[in-house]
Amino acid sequence: MYTIVSKRYLSPAITEMKVLAPRVAASAQPGQFVIVRTDEAGERIPLTICDYDREAGTVTIVTQSVGISSTKINDMKEGDAFADFAGPLGRPSDLLEIPLDKLREMKILFVAGGVGTAPVYPQAKWLKEHGVTADVIIGARTKDLFTYVDEMQQVANVHLATDDGSAGYHGMVTGLIKELVENQGVKYDHCVIIGPMIMMKFASLATKEYGIPTMVSLNALMVDGTGMCGACRVTVDGETRFTCVDGPEFDGHKVDFDEAMRRQNMYRNNLKTNTETHKCHCNG
Amino acid sequence: MANKIPRVPVREQDPKLRATNFEEVCLGYDREEAMLEATRCLDCKNPRCQGQCPVHVDIPGFIREVVKGDMAAAASVIARDSSLPSVCGRVCPQESQCEGACVLGIKGEPVAIGKLERFVGDWAIENAPGDDEVRPIERNGHKVAVVGSGPAGLACASDLAKLGYEVKIFEALHKVGGVLVYGIPEFRLPKERVVAREVEAVKRLGVDIVTDVIIGRTATVDQLIDEEGYEAVFIGSGAGLPRFMGIEGENLNGVFSANEFLTRANLMHAYDETYDTPIYAGKRAVIVGGGNVAMDAVRTARRLGAESIIVYRRSEAELPARVEEVHHAKQEGIEFKMLTNPVRIIGTEDGWVKGIECVEMELGEPDESGRRSPIVKEGSNHVIDCDVVIMALGTSPNPLIKHTTEGLETNRRGCIVATEEGQTSRPNIFAGGDAVTGAATVILAMGAGRKAAAAIHKYLSAETDK
Repeated sequence: MYTIVSKRYLSPAITEMKVLAPRVAASAQPGQFVIVRTDEAGERIPLTICDYDREAGTVTIVTQSVGISSTKINDMKEGDAFADFAGPLGRPSDLLEIPLDKLREMKILFVAGGVGTAPVYPQAKWLKEHGVTADVIIGARTKDLFTYVDEMQQVANVHLATDDGSAGYHGMVTGLIKELVENQGVKYDHCVIIGPMIMMKFASLATKEYGIPTMVSLNALMVDGTGMCGACRVTVDGETRFTCVDGPEFDGHKVDFDEAMRRQNMYRNNLKTNTETHKCHCNG
Repeated sequence: MANKIPRVPVREQDPKLRATNFEEVCLGYDREEAMLEATRCLDCKNPRCQGQCPVHVDIPGFIREVVKGDMAAAASVIARDSSLPSVCGRVCPQESQCEGACVLGIKGEPVAIGKLERFVGDWAIENAPGDDEVRPIERNGHKVAVVGSGPAGLACASDLAKLGYEVKIFEALHKVGGVLVYGIPEFRLPKERVVAREVEAVKRLGVDIVTDVIIGRTATVDQLIDEEGYEAVFIGSGAGLPRFMGIEGENLNGVFSANEFLTRANLMHAYDETYDTPIYAGKRAVIVGGGNVAMDAVRTARRLGAESIIVYRRSEAELPARVEEVHHAKQEGIEFKMLTNPVRIIGTEDGWVKGIECVEMELGEPDESGRRSPIVKEGSNHVIDCDVVIMALGTSPNPLIKHTTEGLETNRRGCIVATEEGQTSRPNIFAGGDAVTGAATVILAMGAGRKAAAAIHKYLSAETDK
C-alpha cells in the first residue's frame, strides 16, 4: 500500500498529493508517469509525475476530477493509501538527453494548460537545478483556475495568459507564443507543451510556424502502462507508437491529434465510466 | 490389468448457459470418475506420455496412486516435476503432448491425463497444509532475483527456494501470475480458486513476491545485482507486446489488441459491474487469429453479449489453438470464417469501426513452418459488418529489459538469447519462457524456469567454491 502523506486542493476539482513510494521516488525522472489504482475494484490510471523527493521517498501527483476514477482518487484523504502506485513508466523527457553544455546555451519554452501545469514543474525545476532558466507560459480560462504558479515562479520565468484577460496576457497561449516570438523577438530552441489535447494541437501548430522543435506529453488511455495492451496507440509521423513505452512525449509537429482526441473518448459513453450511468459500489 | 472401458467423460457447463457467464466451463472429474479413468492407464514400461511432457512429469507414477485412491501420494509424484498441476491440467495442449503420445490413442481415446492431473492438483489445493504445518526449509544465505511472476518465474522460484535460496520475485502488474491472470480467462482458469492458491503454495516454500515493480524502470537488472545484493537474476518477463497487422483503420475506435481486451476482462475484471474498468465488445465482434488467445478473446466477447466471429487466414486443420478450445467455442455459437484475411478496417465518419474488408485465401505450398501458406484469391474482397475488431496475432517480448541491461544479447525478434539451460550472454543472468522463445505455452515456460533454476544452482555453487 502507498500512503498519501499530504493532500491539498489546487482548485475545487484539482488535488495535489504526495504519496509514499520509495522505489518510484528513487528512479523517477522528469517526463515520466505512474500508474495508480485506488483499491481492488479500481482502474489502473496513468498520472504524470509532478515532483519527487528521493530522500523522503515521496512522489507528487496532481489529479483533476473528470470521471469516476479521478474523482475516486480526489476523494482519498491524507493517511489513506493507494492499492498500487507503479512506476516510473515511460521515457524521461528528451531534455535529459541533451548534453549540459549545449542545454545551457538553449532558450527553452514550456507551454502549460490546465492540469498539465503541474507536470511541467519537474522539468522546469530540473533545468533550474542544472543552470537553465526556462520560460513557462501558463494558460487558463480565468485567473481563478491557475494552479502551480507560485511553485513555477521559483524555478522559471512565468508568463500568464487568460482567455478573459483577468490576469497576464489577454488571450490564448497561442497568442502569447506569437507575442513572445514576433513582438518581443525571443528565439526559442526547444518547446515542451503539456495540457489538454486541443491546446497541445494548436500550440504545436503555432510553434511549427516558427520552426521551434516541440515535444508534447500525451495522456492517452492505458491499461497496464508497460507496453502490453496497446490501448495508448497514437500515430506519429504516419507510424503507430505506444504512448506508454515510446512516449509519453512525442514530436508535437508529427502527432495526429485528431485521432488522439478521438481515441481518448473511446469509453466516454460507456456505462461504467460515464458519471451519469455509473452504478457506484463504494460505501458512499 | 488395464480396464478396457471408454474414456470417462468430463462434466461441463451447458454451452447455452456458459456463453452468458464467466464461470469455469469444464467442471472436472470427481474422485470416483478420476479413479475410474485412472484404471484405463496401461502403465507402459516405456511411457511415451512422460517423454512428451516438457517437464517430464512421472505420468504413470501419479496415475498408479490415483488408481489406489492415494491422492496425497499422487500429488507428491507430480510435485517432483511441476509446481502448477491445477494450471497445467487445464491449459496444456495435451493432445499434442502427453495424450498425443498415449498408446491407447492409436486405436481409441487416450487416457485423460490432463483431467487427471487437474483432479490431483485441485485435491492438493483443497488439502494444502496450514502454514504452521510446513517445515521451513533451511536457507543457504544466497539471494536470487526472479523477474516476472508468470509460469517461468514461479517454477524457477519454487525450485530455487526448495534448494534453500532466498528468492524474491519482482512483478510489474498488481497481481501475481503473469499470463495466468491477465491473459487466460476465468472460464478456463479460475483466478482465486486455482491461480491464487497455486501461488500461495509457492509462497509457502519461502518465496517472497513483490508487485508494482517494473524491472527496467523501477529498478534495472544491474541495480538488483549491484545495489540489492542478488547474486543471480532469472528473467521470465514473458512476451507481452501485441502485434498488429499494419493495415488501414487499425487505430479506429473499437479496434483492440487481444491483450488489451483480455487484460481488461481478466486482470481488471471489467466484465464484473462492481469493478471500475470499462470494456467494449460491441454488437458484432470480429477476432482475427486462430490461436488460444484468439479463442479466449472470441469467447470473452461472446460472454459480453456480442455476436462473435473468428477470422483466420488458413484452414481449420491449421488452427494453432487447443482442440478443446475450438470445440468449446463452436458449442458456444462462435462463427468460424476460415481462409479469410483482413485487408482494411472500415470506419464511420466519427471514427468508429463499422466493418472489416477481407479477402478469401487458398492454401498453397508448405512454408517454413511446415504449414501450407495461404494465397490471396483475386477478386474475393468482401466486407464483414462489425463494430469491434480484436487482433490476436501473437506477441513479442517487451524490449524494456533488453534496452536497460547492458551486454544482454537478444535476437532480431527481440527475444533474449539463452542456452537450453537458460544461460544468457551475461554470466549471472539467466532467462527462460516466452522472453526467450517468443509466445509459447505455460508448460514450456515452466520447464524453462526449472532448467534455469538448476543452472543457477550450479553456477552459484561453483562461485561459492571459488
